[in-house]
Amino acid sequence: MALKLLAFAAPLLLALPAQAQAPLAAQGCLGCHGPNGAGQAPVPALTGRPAAETEALMKAFRANERPATIMGRIARGYTDAEIAAVAAHFAAQR
Amino acid sequence: MTLLTRRAALAAASVLAAPAALRAQPAAARLLVIGGGFGGASAARFARVTYPDIQVTLVEPLTRFVTCPYGNLLLGGFKQIGDITHSYDGLRARGVTVVHDWAEAIDAPGKRVRLRGGQTLPYDKLILSPGIAIRWGALEGYDEAASQRMPHAWVPGDGSQTLLLRRQLEAMPDGGTVGFAIPDNPFRCPPGPYERISMVAAYLKRHKPRSKILALDAKQAFSKQGLFQDGWKALYGEMIEWVPGNRDGKVVRVDPREMVLESEFGVKHKVDVANVIPPQSAAAIVTGNGLAEANGWARVNTQTFASVTAPDIHIVGDANNGAPMPKSGYIANSTAKQAVASAIAALRGQAAPEAVYFNTCYSHVGEDYGISIVGVFRPGPNNSFVEVPNSGGVSPRGDLPQQRALEARYADAWYAAITRDMFA
Ligand SMILES: Cc1cc2nc3c(=O)[nH]c(=O)nc-3n(C[C@H](O)[C@H](O)[C@H](O)COP(=O)(O)OP(=O)(O)OC[C@H]3O[C@@H](n4cnc5c(N)ncnc54)[C@H](O)[C@@H]3O)c2cc1C
Repeated sequence: MALKLLAFAAPLLLALPAQAQAPLAAQGCLGCHGPNGAGQAPVPALTGRPAAETEALMKAFRANERPATIMGRIARGYTDAEIAAVAAHFAAQR
Repeated sequence: MTLLTRRAALAAASVLAAPAALRAQPAAARLLVIGGGFGGASAARFARVTYPDIQVTLVEPLTRFVTCPYGNLLLGGFKQIGDITHSYDGLRARGVTVVHDWAEAIDAPGKRVRLRGGQTLPYDKLILSPGIAIRWGALEGYDEAASQRMPHAWVPGDGSQTLLLRRQLEAMPDGGTVGFAIPDNPFRCPPGPYERISMVAAYLKRHKPRSKILALDAKQAFSKQGLFQDGWKALYGEMIEWVPGNRDGKVVRVDPREMVLESEFGVKHKVDVANVIPPQSAAAIVTGNGLAEANGWARVNTQTFASVTAPDIHIVGDANNGAPMPKSGYIANSTAKQAVASAIAALRGQAAPEAVYFNTCYSHVGEDYGISIVGVFRPGPNNSFVEVPNSGGVSPRGDLPQQRALEARYADAWYAAITRDMFA
């Protein structure tokens, strides 16, 4: 949350470094996990989850090592680099 | 979040409430968005959240947006019109200038758009997401007047088409036949007709159990077919008859006075209620301004969504030639963000960002019975879109009540989340 709100304040305060923007791969999550990834019950929140945890979860979904309703089908569409960027992005959100 | 951040955010929010202050800055780039639906509202909101220094104007004739998604649940009796109607106040609060008017003509070299009300709006980059137009007359006898007797309910407008279809179902006697005419690909929302059949069946089962559904289809196969047909059998028994194109399912002519759907081989199906989902093209603002190909849809760069003929005009949502991506709300939302990011990058002299497009379409077969199709897509060779191999696909088949119940609730969460990602 803080990052997004800071982005709002940016024109008044300082120019926002480009890397603070959400990677576009993470934008795909918001249609179910809610704005900012904050969760939309019963779909869980992604924000604030440690990056290593999200990354491990996504890779387990991708490898079919964790039971899934739809996340397995989704995770198999993304690269390691995208999963890492998305995980880091949501870990930095509050 | 720290108190300081909160204060800064509040200060910023109060400035946003006065867009005139932003407009006064001469250097701000102007993003103009036409169409306030799944693609357009998503684009406007994403632009304001991600690029606070960009001026965003949204042109949309309707003051309230009624979604197509979940309109089928209204037909089933599970939702009311208020549940699927959204206001533009949230976008205004984010600093989007919302103009309720029709865009009539685009002057691409001059970079400006003339509105029906007479106003002309200049832009640096234009995002077009006007959705579809119905090809009146493509089915013989199906014109605008006919749609008052045989609603399409495929373009939301003010919701009156969906409400008309609902009233017709309510007025139909038990034992009646509800007919569907379903078009060939490509059309808006590939699983939409079959979710609608399911929701009408749910209503009939509860209130008019002796009634029948006759689904006449121009196609031989459809999205999530196995899953839908399993669900139909499990929930509605023999109520639904689906007739594929190779068994004379294609409707070529309709008679709204006699309530007849006529097939290619001249079979006249008389029905009590008819939902005609007619052939479609991109909306008039696209086809009327030379932005569509002969097939009626706009060809775009598959990484930036810039029109191949007008590089400052990005065309997203159902209006473009997005195959094999479906014409869905989720794809409109996902691709709108890439289009905005690409447009802003171009204004800043930067390369367009790496692209990945995401879709999940849930369908309700019953109130507590949901199924889905997932697709992850990327730009491919020769300006194509390609689905990532070995990803996506449909829900597993079989007797899986827990999976179906979960997917029905995830569908509800999708609806809430994506409409917030558009309008909040
Ligand atoms: C019954 C049904 C169920 C569906 N269910 C789902 C679902 O569950 N999930 C899903 O992802 N998708 C679903 N869809 C598909 C989804 O509705 C569309 O794919 C989506 O609306 C496309 O977005 P869009 O921005 O292209 O068009 P729209 O959302 O239709 O928005 C276009 C807007 O542009 C405006 N406009 C048009 N011309 C002009 C002009 N000249 N000037 C200004 N404004 C203009 C219109 O008034 C409209 O508000 C469903 C569709 C139907 C019909």
